[in-house]
Amino acid sequence: MTENDVVLEAKEITKQFPGVLANDHVSIDLHKGEIHALLGENGAGKTTLMNILYGLYRPDSGQVFVNGKPIVIHSPKDSIQAGIGMVHQHFMLIPVFSVAENIMLGDETTHLGVLDIKAVSQRVRDLSHQYGLEVDPDTKVGQLSVGAQQRVEIVKTLYRNANILILDEPTAVLTPQETEDLFRIMRQLAARGVSIIFITHKLKEVLAVADRITVMRAGHVVGTTKPNETNEPKLASMMVGREVILTVQKQPAKPKDEVLRVEDLSVLDDRDLEVVKGVSFDVHAGEILGIAGVQGNGQTQLAEALTGLRPIKSGKVFISDKDVSGKTPRPIIETGLAHIPEDRQRHGLVLSYTVADNMVLCNYYLKPFAKWGVLQQDKVDENARRLIKDFDVRTPSPYVPTSKLSGGNQQKVIVARELSRPIKLLIASQPTRGLDVGSIEYIHKEIVAMRDRGIGVLLISAELDEIMALSDRIAVMYQGQIMDVIKAGQATKESLGLLMAGIKPSVAAEAAAPKP
Amino acid sequence: MDWRRFAIIALVIVIMFGTVVLIGTSQNTPLVIITSMMATTIAVATPLTLGALSGIYCERAGVVNIGIEGMMLGAAFFGWLAAIYMNTIFHYPAMPSLIVGVIAAVLTGGLFALLHAVLSITFKVDQIIGGTVINILATGITGFLNRQLFFGAGSVFQGHIPNAPGVLPTIRIPWLADIPTVGRIFEQQPIAISAILLVIITHFVLFRTRWGLRTRAVGEHPRAADTVGINVIRMRYMNVIIGGFLAGLGGAYFTLESISSFEANMTNGRGFIALAAMIFGNWTPFGAWTSALVFGAAQALQINLQFFRELIPPQLAILQNSYVVGLAPYLLTMLILTGIIGKTIPPAADGQVYEK
Repeated sequence: MTENDVVLEAKEITKQFPGVLANDHVSIDLHKGEIHALLGENGAGKTTLMNILYGLYRPDSGQVFVNGKPIVIHSPKDSIQAGIGMVHQHFMLIPVFSVAENIMLGDETTHLGVLDIKAVSQRVRDLSHQYGLEVDPDTKVGQLSVGAQQRVEIVKTLYRNANILILDEPTAVLTPQETEDLFRIMRQLAARGVSIIFITHKLKEVLAVADRITVMRAGHVVGTTKPNETNEPKLASMMVGREVILTVQKQPAKPKDEVLRVEDLSVLDDRDLEVVKGVSFDVHAGEILGIAGVQGNGQTQLAEALTGLRPIKSGKVFISDKDVSGKTPRPIIETGLAHIPEDRQRHGLVLSYTVADNMVLCNYYLKPFAKWGVLQQDKVDENARRLIKDFDVRTPSPYVPTSKLSGGNQQKVIVARELSRPIKLLIASQPTRGLDVGSIEYIHKEIVAMRDRGIGVLLISAELDEIMALSDRIAVMYQGQIMDVIKAGQATKESLGLLMAGIKPSVAAEAAAPKP
Repeated sequence: MDWRRFAIIALVIVIMFGTVVLIGTSQNTPLVIITSMMATTIAVATPLTLGALSGIYCERAGVVNIGIEGMMLGAAFFGWLAAIYMNTIFHYPAMPSLIVGVIAAVLTGGLFALLHAVLSITFKVDQIIGGTVINILATGITGFLNRQLFFGAGSVFQGHIPNAPGVLPTIRIPWLADIPTVGRIFEQQPIAISAILLVIITHFVLFRTRWGLRTRAVGEHPRAADTVGINVIRMRYMNVIIGGFLAGLGGAYFTLESISSFEANMTNGRGFIALAAMIFGNWTPFGAWTSALVFGAAQALQINLQFFRELIPPQLAILQNSYVVGLAPYLLTMLILTGIIGKTIPPAADGQVYEK
């Protein structure tokens, strides 16, 4: 590749936020038709750099070159002009607008002052055809799947003639199949001369799709490498700055008594549709039962029903042989349940409360934290200091609101609160979603440690790798039902994948067998 | 509009119109009564329609505006004041004075709206508080100046209320107004007619133009609008001010079109009823207009019943009390806002401050 190939170059970019040096003399370049992955943990400064390239932030110093010419980016308008398009992690789409309306917004085609939806729709169809991005311009965006919305975002940038595409954590919200689809699209775009910056913290994806990889840590560029010159452990240690054990190390399980028994459980969702349909399973002390499945197959409602957050339609739930069906959360927690909820910010923490207060959310009313109905602040503080130390929560002090903590540390606050109590059963829903490698490693170790201490663990996760790494038995959920429960040793990615798609092994075997 | 809302509208109209028709039937034919009711309904719905349109511009751009009441009251006063000055101090004829009055009213609405925009967009004051400030300010200013200018000793008019230049003339819509009996519906005053035109214009602007698309984008998802290069702050400012102009025109109705005098607090909650009409109409111009007509019908009931006062049967003696009948629009507002209408969906970012 020659120098002329460089379409975008950022030189010595520095950006200071109050208290954080988000980018410290960061330089990165992008070649024509290249997929350049920008890898780093949360808070490494990837998104800051991209927001500078896109004109959402102004750098304190440093310069950006497009096609060799220095450009000044004051606002997204300038970067769009320069041919830079960005697909944000949280989509910038308006659900009540049609696809065409979303795409033309800010760059509308009008005829005598009237929006020319027809012309725009045609252009969208052309682009979608040209780049193999399937979108229907007349559908309302709110009715589209997440994957389809992402395609709309990509078409939106192409509509503006972008030839430099920034994808910010594009796979965070996608199912494995949608991710595959996205990679196919990315390769196709690159083949047509579009240059792509792909921001992520997922190592496997980087190795699968990138041409070059630049790793960032704490505001610096650590290094640039190529997929064939590196591997997962090497990348992980570049990201984290130390050796990271990616594989979970655990002994065979020694299951004991049953701690959770679910009998024929049915649950309705918010629209009164039955999304958990007569599910039965059990969890024993000292084992991890993983529930695999593509998101939206009833796992969320199952976890909510088990923890008392959602009413049960029919069926029974027993924790340690005690019937807790239809009980409210407090009595269920008091039977020895710990819960790491799926949405840590909405259901796991009171974000505006301090770390210390969040750490007693389950037992603030009990001694020693309360006496005659009055909170014993010194005991609450003492508890917080101990847990912050034991669970290595990175917080300036126990009195900081949890909203100020990073995602990984917020999750540690929840883990500390839940696992420090005397418990028999742990229900962990998507416990590592959105976390960086270091935090994932930590949470995984804690979960296995809980199992080894004789606690029953129900692990619900949409990440198949996580399920396979941690579970002793794996139940696969599909459309509200449990397709099968398999011993972890006998499960393969393929067999689980089939079950996740709703195909029973016997049926699959028949389909695969040659017809007489 | 879903069937439930449609049914409620139909039911209310039937009750309002039916009551008057039943009571007045011995004196007039039903057609005459219905025509009269409709003509009154359209006229009295004018400030509600304009107020609701004002709210639509603001809230579609993401700024809640509960100050419409105050904007209308302020506009009613200053519009009237301008017309009187022109007429009695500068001795202009009635018509130009009234036109200057309307312009002054519209600008007053715009100025109040500018204040609301500065408070709620630039200074990020809670938008409900901002609107309340407008309402209190308008009540205070108009009440004070009304007293000082006209009634106080040593005031400009030395305690004499000057002659007002009258009200805006009625316009007969060609052809339609010539239809026997029902033609009466098409004899309306200019602000009433422009309110209806503005409903159509607003619908067009909101759903067919670049401006409208951007306005709605800013009210639904301002960050998304920002990322495609739309100036969120500017869009919000402009729409709030346009909303202020419309509220100002609505205010002009009170003192330059309906009657030619000003009373303290004469808007009497119409700004809030307009907001109810906007919500009931699901933030759409035609929906809001239909709802404004429903509220207008409730008010027309009170006005038209007065013609048949002595015909009200003793069992319905309560209807002889015009205060009781006058409660109808307010009761209707409460009923509608309690959610009997089912769910309405406001713009997603309505009332949210935009921070970069």
